[in-house]
Amino acid sequence: MIPVNYYLALAAILFTMGAMGVLMRRNSLVIFMSIELMLNAANLTFVAFARMYSTVNATSVYNGQIFVFFVMTVAAAEVAVGLALIVAIFRSKQSIDVDQMNILKG
Amino acid sequence: MENTPGLFFSLVPWIVYLPVIGLLLNLTIGSRLGEKGVGIIAACASGLAFGVALLQVYSLNISPEGAAVFVANWIHIDKLNVDWTFRVDTLSATMMMVVSGVGTLIHIYAIGYMHEDVRFKNDVGRYRRFFVFLNLFIAAMMVLVTGNSYMMLFVGWEGVGLCSFLLIGFWYDMDTLGRPSFANSNAAKKAFITNRVGDFGFLLAAFMMFWQFDTTDFNNVFAAVGAAEPWVIIWITVFLLVGVAGKSAQIPLYIWLPDAMAGPTPVSALIHAATMVTAGVYLVTRSAPIYMLSHDAQYIVATVGAVTALFAATIAVGQYDIKKVLAYSTISQLGFMVAAVGMGAYVAGMFHLITHAFFKALLFLSAGSIILGMERGHHHLPHGHGDHGEVFDPGDMRNMGGLSKQMPVTFWVYMIGTIALAGLFPLAGFWSKDEILLDAAKKFPHVYILLTLAAFLTAFYMGRQIWMVFFGKPRHEAAAHAKESPNVMTIPLMVLAGLSVLGGALNLPGVHTLGAWLEHTLPLLPEEEVTGWLAVSWGGLNPYVALLSTIFAVLAIYISWLLYGRKPIVSGQPDPLKKMLGPLFTGMENKWFIDEAYRFVFVERYVDLARFLAQKVDWDFWHEWFHNMVIARGFVGLTRFLADPVDLGIVNNVSKVLADAVQASANSLRKLQNGFVRSYALSVLLGVVAILGYLLLK
Amino acid sequence: MSSELILFFILALTAIATAAGMITSRHAVYAALYLVLNFATVAVFYLMLGSPFIALSQVTVYGGAIMVLFLFVIMLLGAEQIASEFKMKTFLPAILLGAALIVETAVLIFQKVSSVDLQTATSVAEAAPAPLAEKLFTVYLLPFEITSILLLVAMVGAIILTKQPRLVIPGRDTEKKGARG
Repeated sequence: MIPVNYYLALAAILFTMGAMGVLMRRNSLVIFMSIELMLNAANLTFVAFARMYSTVNATSVYNGQIFVFFVMTVAAAEVAVGLALIVAIFRSKQSIDVDQMNILKG
Repeated sequence: MENTPGLFFSLVPWIVYLPVIGLLLNLTIGSRLGEKGVGIIAACASGLAFGVALLQVYSLNISPEGAAVFVANWIHIDKLNVDWTFRVDTLSATMMMVVSGVGTLIHIYAIGYMHEDVRFKNDVGRYRRFFVFLNLFIAAMMVLVTGNSYMMLFVGWEGVGLCSFLLIGFWYDMDTLGRPSFANSNAAKKAFITNRVGDFGFLLAAFMMFWQFDTTDFNNVFAAVGAAEPWVIIWITVFLLVGVAGKSAQIPLYIWLPDAMAGPTPVSALIHAATMVTAGVYLVTRSAPIYMLSHDAQYIVATVGAVTALFAATIAVGQYDIKKVLAYSTISQLGFMVAAVGMGAYVAGMFHLITHAFFKALLFLSAGSIILGMERGHHHLPHGHGDHGEVFDPGDMRNMGGLSKQMPVTFWVYMIGTIALAGLFPLAGFWSKDEILLDAAKKFPHVYILLTLAAFLTAFYMGRQIWMVFFGKPRHEAAAHAKESPNVMTIPLMVLAGLSVLGGALNLPGVHTLGAWLEHTLPLLPEEEVTGWLAVSWGGLNPYVALLSTIFAVLAIYISWLLYGRKPIVSGQPDPLKKMLGPLFTGMENKWFIDEAYRFVFVERYVDLARFLAQKVDWDFWHEWFHNMVIARGFVGLTRFLADPVDLGIVNNVSKVLADAVQASANSLRKLQNGFVRSYALSVLLGVVAILGYLLLK
Repeated sequence: MSSELILFFILALTAIATAAGMITSRHAVYAALYLVLNFATVAVFYLMLGSPFIALSQVTVYGGAIMVLFLFVIMLLGAEQIASEFKMKTFLPAILLGAALIVETAVLIFQKVSSVDLQTATSVAEAAPAPLAEKLFTVYLLPFEITSILLLVAMVGAIILTKQPRLVIPGRDTEKKGARG
């Protein structure tokens, strides 16, 4: 009997913490991980809503879950590419500190 | 009227067209025709004009009222209507005959004269130009005498003034001996400018006529003038007198005529003896209806004429140049004419005009012949062209003497001319001058006295001239070798001599041919009430007046023989009158210093005024002070003000402030692009929070 | 206070604690491990919400693949720590924004969304994988295919991005392009 608001609140808190991680950390890998955390929070929201709407319509629970499925896939692909980028950048700059990657400063 | 068969009035415009055609022909193809061709064309033009004049006289015989031949419209503005209309009446026909007749004879003479003159002055190419100008003069004079309005008359008036300028200054860059000089062009300028003063008076008269009568046509003016107020009449006549003084060389504007002798002799004969200078007399005669209305005007004109006659005669006594004597004689005779027409004796004045044209042209042309003879003699001197150190003046009477033997034909015609001028019976001058004297005695006695004295002096100086030029021994080598002139020159002289002898027949007392002829056009003088010896009349001739004038003339010639003929003066000897009259003669010799006085009073003062205006007003004030100080400095100051405080200060600063503001905002905005990914992420999150807050609050 | 609620709060606390640990730990490896724990906790949440398939794929994909990849890269690069990473001055705007975001979401959740009780896994049928697969391959076939292409692209991209440039030495490599690496 947990109200769906609690799940949403938890997801919100996780999302905010992920956002804080992105803003506050300089290590690009940790930033990436914070982004994964945010995605995760969004997934949680999806599943909670899916469950909520399943009381209304029996099969509608799957819609939310399929969405989560796709989000996970996309997250995986994104991680692959993103880490490849970080490796490539590390090769030239020998550092993963985002504050040192400010060549686009204008 | 003008197109009635049998009458030739409609041909009168040709009297102007023919000389114009002549001059155009000479202008365009004259250089290819040679001297003979040019001369023939010009003389033929003048001769054909004489033929047209004859036709006019013939037509007038049949119908003496004459006609007005309309040719073209000219000015039609509001009330001012002036047309090209030729007026043929007995007066204009008389003038036409004189101008074209004497003019043709002078054209023929000029063919020979100019042939020698251009060779003497070394500029053969100028021959053609002379005849172009002569034809132009004939055309302009014809316009003057045939005009039907004061405006058309003025066109001719100005035209003859222009031709006078062109012809006096014919040798504009050399003097009589061919050396470079401005003397001739200065004389031409003097003539033109003095004429201008006269023209100014004429124009004022014309303006008054238009102002008062709304017209300048002769008929309309004469019809309207009867109702005009006296002050209008007086002013019109006085202004016309100013014009007459300019054109006919009366006091005070006669000064140009002696200087005009700088032109070639045919010019002096035609323009300054026979025709142009008589334009003033013609003008007064034509304006007779106006003059008849004012006794005061007549008094003024007659007195001016008489004083001029005497004044000029005194100057003529002291002159040494042969043409100068004749010039002053012309002025004096013009004074006679002006006095005559001023008094109202129009017939006498016109009669004297005609006879004077004959014998004065004769005298001038003969003088030209004498001058050329002297030049020929000088040229043929044994030692070539003479001493280069000495300047030879061929017109100086002191160099002449004994020419009666060297140039017989010229001598005889000159004698005839002199006797005619002196007014001895029975030559032409006697009759005309006598009539003037008679009318003067009847009307204005003071004029009679002045004119009689002038006649005495006339005979005296002409006698002096004869003794000095033709008798005695030659005072210079050139005179000893002088040669007679060719036939082309002497034949016109003989024709003129014949006219001088027979010219009196035009208006013999009792017959009064000319009087009857002119009566159709001119109002006759009312006969004065006279008593006593003046009233005696042998058919119009008063024996006492005639006798008195003859006695005076003979006496004058006798005195001149005593002084100059009995003991002819030799070279280097001063004039005998110098000892007798002393300072008087100095005055006569120097033209009474009138030219010098004019120069001092008018010319120098004018030059001073011009210099003052040029230097002080124009340069110092206008350029230096006004332009430099006020305009230039003001402008520069204004531009500096606009440049520095306004442009640099305000405008510059405005753009500077704008640019700085943009730059400052750009600088501040640039801080957003610091290259740090985290700050970008911060902005994204900020946006999210903002949108979310907005949506919540909505 | 039912047992579910207590369980929920404990798990929630764990999730939050591990998340906090991740974002605050200086060591990159520790952060990764914290994240793994977080993923596991969330997987349990999925179970509580009646989605076993999702829970397991969460553990497999996220925990097994993604985090392993992370750890590989961390160890590959040897970039574990960054000096002077935490500076309090720069945190202030982030913390403010975070607080604002939490407040906004709190307002959003507790005032706008009607609270409907969620039933636990025991009272409602769990979501079975078979109907899920059926939905996946019929209704959502197109996104599925596109996702597969996406994965292909990601794979190719990852390979290309990390390819080292070949060195061509003129004189030695004429016909055959001698490759290094």
